[in-house]
Amino acid sequence: MAWLKERLRYIFGSTKGLILMASALIALETAFMGMLSGPMAEWGIRDIWIRLWGMRLDPSHREARIIFLYHTFAIGVIALETYMITGLVKMKEMHKVGINAVMTVGYLFVLVFGLAFAYWGENWAFHGLFIAGLTLVFFAGMWLAYALWPWAKEYRLPEGSPYWRLAGGLDGERLAWFIMAVATLISAIYGAVPGSYFGNGFEVFLSEDIIRIPEHTPMELAIVGHLHIMLVDIAVAAMLIVFRWVDLKGRLHAWATAFTIIGTIIISVGAWVIVPFRPIAHQIINVGAMFLMVASLFLTIYTWRKQIEIGLHKMGIEDKPTLGQKLKALLSDPLPVGATWQMMYMNAVVTAPGVFMAIKLDWLRQWLLREERIGLVGHWHILAAVIATILLLYYGDVVGLKDKARKWYGWGIVIASDLAFFAATLFYTKRLYVSVSQQQPLVNFTMYLLDASLFLVLVIVAALMVWRLVDLFKPEGKWTEEWRDPSLKPIFAEEDVR
Amino acid sequence: MKKAWLPVLTLLLAILWGCAVAPPESPPQVDTGVDPNEWVRIPAGEFLYGMHNKEAVIEKDFEMMLTPVTNAQFAAYLNEALAKGELILNEDGVYIEYPGEPFEGGKHEVEYGPGQYLVYPLGTIEAKLEYKSGQFVVKPGWENHPVTMTTWFSGWGYCRFYGGRLPTEKEWEKAARGEDGRPYPWGEEITKAHANFYKSGDPFDHYWGGQGETTPVGFYNGETHLGFKTEKAVSPYGLYDMAGNVWEWMLDTEEHNPHLHYTHQRILKGGAFNNYDYDARTFARNFAPPDYYDFTTGFRCVREP
Repeated sequence: MAWLKERLRYIFGSTKGLILMASALIALETAFMGMLSGPMAEWGIRDIWIRLWGMRLDPSHREARIIFLYHTFAIGVIALETYMITGLVKMKEMHKVGINAVMTVGYLFVLVFGLAFAYWGENWAFHGLFIAGLTLVFFAGMWLAYALWPWAKEYRLPEGSPYWRLAGGLDGERLAWFIMAVATLISAIYGAVPGSYFGNGFEVFLSEDIIRIPEHTPMELAIVGHLHIMLVDIAVAAMLIVFRWVDLKGRLHAWATAFTIIGTIIISVGAWVIVPFRPIAHQIINVGAMFLMVASLFLTIYTWRKQIEIGLHKMGIEDKPTLGQKLKALLSDPLPVGATWQMMYMNAVVTAPGVFMAIKLDWLRQWLLREERIGLVGHWHILAAVIATILLLYYGDVVGLKDKARKWYGWGIVIASDLAFFAATLFYTKRLYVSVSQQQPLVNFTMYLLDASLFLVLVIVAALMVWRLVDLFKPEGKWTEEWRDPSLKPIFAEEDVR
Repeated sequence: MKKAWLPVLTLLLAILWGCAVAPPESPPQVDTGVDPNEWVRIPAGEFLYGMHNKEAVIEKDFEMMLTPVTNAQFAAYLNEALAKGELILNEDGVYIEYPGEPFEGGKHEVEYGPGQYLVYPLGTIEAKLEYKSGQFVVKPGWENHPVTMTTWFSGWGYCRFYGGRLPTEKEWEKAARGEDGRPYPWGEEITKAHANFYKSGDPFDHYWGGQGETTPVGFYNGETHLGFKTEKAVSPYGLYDMAGNVWEWMLDTEEHNPHLHYTHQRILKGGAFNNYDYDARTFARNFAPPDYYDFTTGFRCVREP
């Protein structure tokens, strides 16, 4: 019994244990629910899976199930990010413990009862517990915003700090964290109100299905705003996590942080004003997105420079390195470089096609809605998956992967996921290259590549999780080390000055 | 050798894009015993409409075609209407005069003014009809398959020519699901034996590189065709092919549905052979501009009893 108690204490009582559990649950959910996807239906696996697990899927409630599924994934990732934030950002121990505890209960309720309600018979008691879970997650978010309050004296930066310091020693990055947290909370309310409205009577819809109806109700517009901004907030949180991971500092820290703050505010306002000012909302969002993309560029420049510097140092090259040596140094660690590379690659597979589709909207509207819907869904699925890979790459560093394991894990995730994103982009932009009747070779190629690549990512994550599971059975495994030292350390830090 | 992957990938993509998928040859003949010239009376009354089963009413009885319009029926229409001067034959296709729709200058609104609009394209590899010796003829074997490559104007013109019109979305849904709010015409569940959808395994599934093809109208009638066992998948009023096979154009414009204010987009229902089964749910919708066509778009008509 003591054996189990110790492990449970590690999993539920330490930041790294919580991160491990959240990562494992999200990975399991991905693998489990992936069995219901399109290709699995074609191969007949979907039907077997449904029978095997006794799932009850009312065809009329497909859209509602998808909404539940999205929420269980999103809340899982929000929990994961919250654990990382409480581990990375200075705050009182009481707040850390409290936020993590409330968040854990909340997201487990959301995950378990949300899926149980949607896929196993729509028991309304489960629906209530799902809502209770969302409420707890919201409460944890409010607590997090309070704990991140940037004007508290103890979090002021001293003069000469290498981090962006505002008037009176205000920590610019802490301000960014706080704004991100508050924006996320407001955005959650923004979804909760229409969610309750449509949920009352089970009148759900998927935004991509109503895109061709030119006039929407305020509640429909609020849902559209909510789903866009929540994903952005999750992305901003992921970027800030990488700020801390690579210990971003100096002038680039100031620029990146300032751009993140401005971008977060503008893009949030852009999404929120969609109800009263729909015609200009997208322009505001585009401006905000531009600031955030430039912030990620600053972060990437800093990370790559630092990685080259450290890599060259490890290689023993101090003077006038060649371009090849610099490249070798850059590629010597796939985790921080891969995470920031994903931010840049995102522009090729999300931003550029998204802008193109927006510009060519009149052309796109000449096709069936189903074509446009594929584009919309593909577009944001890729963005969500890019965020997931960034967090996975960070997690690889959190668990201390070294040498070959680190390289296989890091490059495996980067290459396989980027191939998947490439395939998905080709798929959702296919009308640019082929007509409907001629599309099947391209569809087959992209689907096989997409599925194989995503499968590979899942295998890599599964390998990591199996290692951690086996480790839990060892009396002095990695988990005991993490229990003793639960802190999340920056990768490039010479000293912990924050 | 290690650096060879990039050109190999490029070549692979070039091959993929370059290789055309051959159009299907004459398909195997299937006599389903279902007569596409039959009409079915749909009674007026209340029914559950849309995904959320909203209560709705059809005020008057109407009749609907038992199946989608077939290639043979559409070829006959083209020949008759051309002979009567109601259609215009151009090099690239057959056109019809349309009085146009009000243009309101809405965002992304496309103008559909008075003019000639395409009814059937000529010279496409997907078409099952060809123009030979001054007549439209059906390519052998496709006579009892639903006509495709049709625009909304094709349905508008065809139905009018024979004294009917396209169904409104509400009429179509009442005819497809009856009054009890069922998601599929025959009930709650769909299997591969019920309808022609993507990878549903019917004998025409391998065409177009595996994307599938239309099945003859009334194919899912409970009999075994070409070794493929089907369920009798009819609507509560006995209509065939209300799920899968081809998307069917709806009449609805802003006049019938205020939600379509200034868009000119038209609703299509039923799902097609290259869509997943969830698109075959009776309340599922697709949209397209009225001049859109591809090898999945067809229609059927309604008329006053």
